[in-house]
Amino acid sequence: MNTMRKIFDKSSFLVPLVAIILGLLCGALAMLAGGYDPWLAYSSLLQKLFGSPYDIGEAIRAITPLIFTGIAVAFAFRTGLFNIGADGQFLMGMTGATIVGVTLDLPWYLHAPLAIIVGGLFGGLWAALSGYLKAARGVNEVISSIMLNWIALFLSNYIVGTYLVMEGQQKSKPIHESALVSIKWLSESMGNARMHWGTLFAIIGLIVFYVVLWRTKKGYELRAVGLNPNAALYAGMNVNRTIITSMFISGVFAGLGGVFEILGVFGYQTVMAASWGYGFDGIAVALLGGNTPIGVFLGAVLFGGLSYGSAGMSFGANVPPEIVRIVIGSIIFFVASHGLVKFFLKPFMIRRSNKGKSEGGGAR
Amino acid sequence: MNALDTIGQLISITLVFSTALIFTGLGGLFSERSGVVNIGLEGLMIAGAFGAAVFTDQAIQGGMKHGAPWVGLLAGLVLGLVVSLLHAVATITFKADQTIVGVVINILAAGLAIYLTKSLYEGSGQTPTLEYVFNPVAIPGLSDIPLLGKGIFTAYPTTYIVIGIVILSYILLYRTTFGLRLRAVGEHPSSADTVGISVTKYRYIGVMLSGALAGLGGATIALTTTSNFAHNTISGQGFIAIAAVIFGKWNPLGVAGAAIFFGMAQALRNWAQLFEWSHHIPNEFFYMLPYLLTLLVLAGAVGRSSAPGALGEPYDPAKR
Repeated sequence: MNTMRKIFDKSSFLVPLVAIILGLLCGALAMLAGGYDPWLAYSSLLQKLFGSPYDIGEAIRAITPLIFTGIAVAFAFRTGLFNIGADGQFLMGMTGATIVGVTLDLPWYLHAPLAIIVGGLFGGLWAALSGYLKAARGVNEVISSIMLNWIALFLSNYIVGTYLVMEGQQKSKPIHESALVSIKWLSESMGNARMHWGTLFAIIGLIVFYVVLWRTKKGYELRAVGLNPNAALYAGMNVNRTIITSMFISGVFAGLGGVFEILGVFGYQTVMAASWGYGFDGIAVALLGGNTPIGVFLGAVLFGGLSYGSAGMSFGANVPPEIVRIVIGSIIFFVASHGLVKFFLKPFMIRRSNKGKSEGGGAR
Repeated sequence: MNALDTIGQLISITLVFSTALIFTGLGGLFSERSGVVNIGLEGLMIAGAFGAAVFTDQAIQGGMKHGAPWVGLLAGLVLGLVVSLLHAVATITFKADQTIVGVVINILAAGLAIYLTKSLYEGSGQTPTLEYVFNPVAIPGLSDIPLLGKGIFTAYPTTYIVIGIVILSYILLYRTTFGLRLRAVGEHPSSADTVGISVTKYRYIGVMLSGALAGLGGATIALTTTSNFAHNTISGQGFIAIAAVIFGKWNPLGVAGAAIFFGMAQALRNWAQLFEWSHHIPNEFFYMLPYLLTLLVLAGAVGRSSAPGALGEPYDPAKR
């Protein structure tokens, strides 16, 4: 019992675990209410996920951008900022990569790296704009980055639809071969799933996230500002500059997520009616993962897997794929209100301890 | 078409867009005045728009005609209120992070609304177009005023309702005991608690008012602008409403003014299409305009000091 309580009080892994279970239960309830079969739905989800090498590869493809946006949001959270604008930074990253990929003609060893760098910078600068507005003008970064999300959407559409457009279509000209980062041999061995080097970059990103924040002086500063800006200011740190730096780094990660969707997956950019929402899912990933590198990885695997598998749910059990949004939302709801989770768990704990007592009494 | 006619048109389109923003902005105001940040206004509007579209549709199928949108409006209010309770329980009773719960409300409401729409309407991502929605009502006499009368005094019933609610909110907030207590709870909860005001109770009321009003805001859009509910019926208006709360310095009259300003930014898009010159400007620019203006206004004109003192902090009596 005591060890149980110890783990429970730490609540580092029990709360997310219980939250996931409760979230899946909420999804099941919603399916029952809608007249669907939750058991069939969840098993079709698993079937879709692990059905074939192609599905596994495509699930990895769906997980990759979530690792990037997850890092972006988690990084900002660690420095006391809420980067709800990862969505817009993701779009700007896509656009930066598309501009370089379509308009320039370079050898592969220059073209792809340049596209990646430009895309990353686009994302970073877009986020730094929110950081600047907060540092210099006192504008809440949540509001400014939401507005920037919409502006990014329409700006990207304008750039793609006006300067890069393929005649008569709602998408850009194809990215030059030299800028693509797909892994052909791996794709061929996985039933033509769209595998690309971005996944490796995402893993490296997780390591960079850890090293920068926990193993460098700058990272210490960033975290100090996150924990207590007043104390950091008193200790002689430049809080305003830290805010901008932190948003920039966060935005680079989100931008890279977009870059690899273009260079690794699609090879072109469409004019979009709405964003794909990877930035918002990044918030969910970061929260579930407790803003740690390993947590972000696991969170991205879970939510990426759920999102990819949702296609199987609508195919196998006729459930609208939006059910996964409900599951993801509920999981984050329970993670955020861990007090509520503990409240739900309390009766179980008490019953168990009573049982322990009565058993003890019986033995006596 | 003469100049005054076109200005009149701009005013009347502005009023249509502003109405929803005023409703929702006032909702955000009550929540924030009680000390609870409500980033979830967007989700509450989605709940309201969804409820309004579905219940109006049901009422029409049940044989109602011009009364149907009123049923929908009420349903929007109730649904917004119900969803906001989730926010209240998590943030007030269980002291969860207010911003995060707000984001969750947005994800959940959007997911649920589309999921339920698809379940109810055989896989279609939107509700059918409503046969009966609100129609503009001309106030006899006033709308005959030459020049601008027609633009201002021929409006949807919801616009007249919202004007009443703005005045009511002002009186409630600054001229009643309830308002004083609500503001006290948001400004300095421990002092309020010391003199016997229940922080929990007033914060619940604040958040629930935000749910009801944002629900009305969402319903207004479904019942005056789009005539149905789809995934893009609410596209950022909830966040613009939050900006209106900040720009309006947490005062009902200020919020209404700010909402009218942002509503005009949205209206410009529709209004400009009446003119030849607008075809030379990329469409995307007009789409961007409301968000761009919101950003510029926040960056340029807002002081930092006027937010309620305890905004965003869960109240913990143990730390008093």
